[in-house]
Amino acid sequence: MEHLLMVAGMAAVTFLIRYSLLPLSGRIHFSEGLQRALGYVPPAVLTAIIVPAVMMPDGSEMQIEWSNPYLIGAAVTTVIGLVSKNLLVTIIGGMGFFMCWQWVLKAGWL
Amino acid sequence: MTAQTRRAEFFTGARDTLPLVIGAVPFGIIFGTLSGSAGLSVTATMGMSLFVFAGSAQFIAMGLVAAGTVWPMIILATFVVNFRHLLYTATLLAHLKRLPPRWQVPLAFGLTDETFVVAVRRWSRRDNSLYKHWYQLGSMAFMYTNWNICTVVGLIAGRMLQDIGGWGLDFAMVAAFIGMVVPYLKDRPNLCAALAAGVSAVLFNSLPHKLGLIVASLAGICAGVAAQRLQGKSSSAAVQASGEH
Repeated sequence: MEHLLMVAGMAAVTFLIRYSLLPLSGRIHFSEGLQRALGYVPPAVLTAIIVPAVMMPDGSEMQIEWSNPYLIGAAVTTVIGLVSKNLLVTIIGGMGFFMCWQWVLKAGWL
Repeated sequence: MTAQTRRAEFFTGARDTLPLVIGAVPFGIIFGTLSGSAGLSVTATMGMSLFVFAGSAQFIAMGLVAAGTVWPMIILATFVVNFRHLLYTATLLAHLKRLPPRWQVPLAFGLTDETFVVAVRRWSRRDNSLYKHWYQLGSMAFMYTNWNICTVVGLIAGRMLQDIGGWGLDFAMVAAFIGMVVPYLKDRPNLCAALAAGVSAVLFNSLPHKLGLIVASLAGICAGVAAQRLQGKSSSAAVQASGEH
C-alpha cells in the first residue's frame, strides 16, 4: 500500500514538473536572454548528473584512481565521443571498454 | 501526402533515438533486476516504469526504498531530481505551446532526458515541417516501449541470475549521457557550462535530497551565459565575420 502511494506520488510529481508550464504558456514570456540561457540546459544538467556518478560511484567518497572503472570508463567514453562523433559508437564503445576495464581490475592485473 | 509526412517524422524521431534506446537497455534491465533485492514489489516496479517513466529518479527511489526511507521523502527526492525537466519544458515551450492539450499531455509525460536532447535538435532546425511534434512522439514512444520491456526482462532476469547487479550495467547510463553531452562541447560557453556544472555537482553532492543537482545545473547555466557575454564582448566581430551563429 505504501509503495503504491509512493509510485502514485512520484508519477504525479514527475508529470506536473514536465507539464505545468504548458497551460500557463500564454501568460509566460521568456526574454531573449533567458531563452539563450536555456540553451545551456542540456550540457549543464547532463554533466551535473555524470560527474558525481563517476567520481563518487559509492555516492559519497571521491575515487580518483585507476581502480575506479566508472571514472576511467567515462574518460575513455568522452574520447571515443569526441573522435567518433557518433552516439551509437560512443555508447557501445564506452560500455565495452568499461566491461573490459572491470575485468582487468578483477583479474588483478593492476 | 500529409499522412506520409507525419509517419516520416514519427519514424525519423524513433530512428534518431535508437542509440539512446540501446543505451537505456542495460539500464532498464538492471532496474528491473535490482528491484527485488531493494524490496520493491513487481507491481511497484512496473508501476514506476509505466507511470513515472524517469530512469534516474526510479533508481534513486529504489535506493531510498532499500535504505528504508519513508515514502513522502521519496516523493520529495523525486521532485528535486526531476525538477530539471521543468527546464526542458521551458526550453521547448515556444514550440509546444502551439499544440492542443491532447498533444501536450502525452509529450510532457514522455519528456525524458533522451527525448528532450533528440527533440530539441529537431525543433530548432529551420525547415517548415508542420509535424515536428510527431518526431518527438516517435522518439518518446520508442523510449517508453523499450524502457518497459527492459524492466520486464530485468524482473525475470533478476530471479534467474543472482549476481547481475555486479556486472556494471549501470555504466550504460553514464555512457549514454556522455554521448549526449559531447556534441555540445565544441564552443567555449558550452564547455564552461559543462565544467561549472560538473565541479559544482561534486562540491554540492552532500546537500540533502539530491539538491546538489539543481544547484549544479543552475551554476552551469550561469557559467554558460557569463562565458557567452565575455566572448561576445571580445570577439563578436570575428564570429560574425566567420558566419557562424
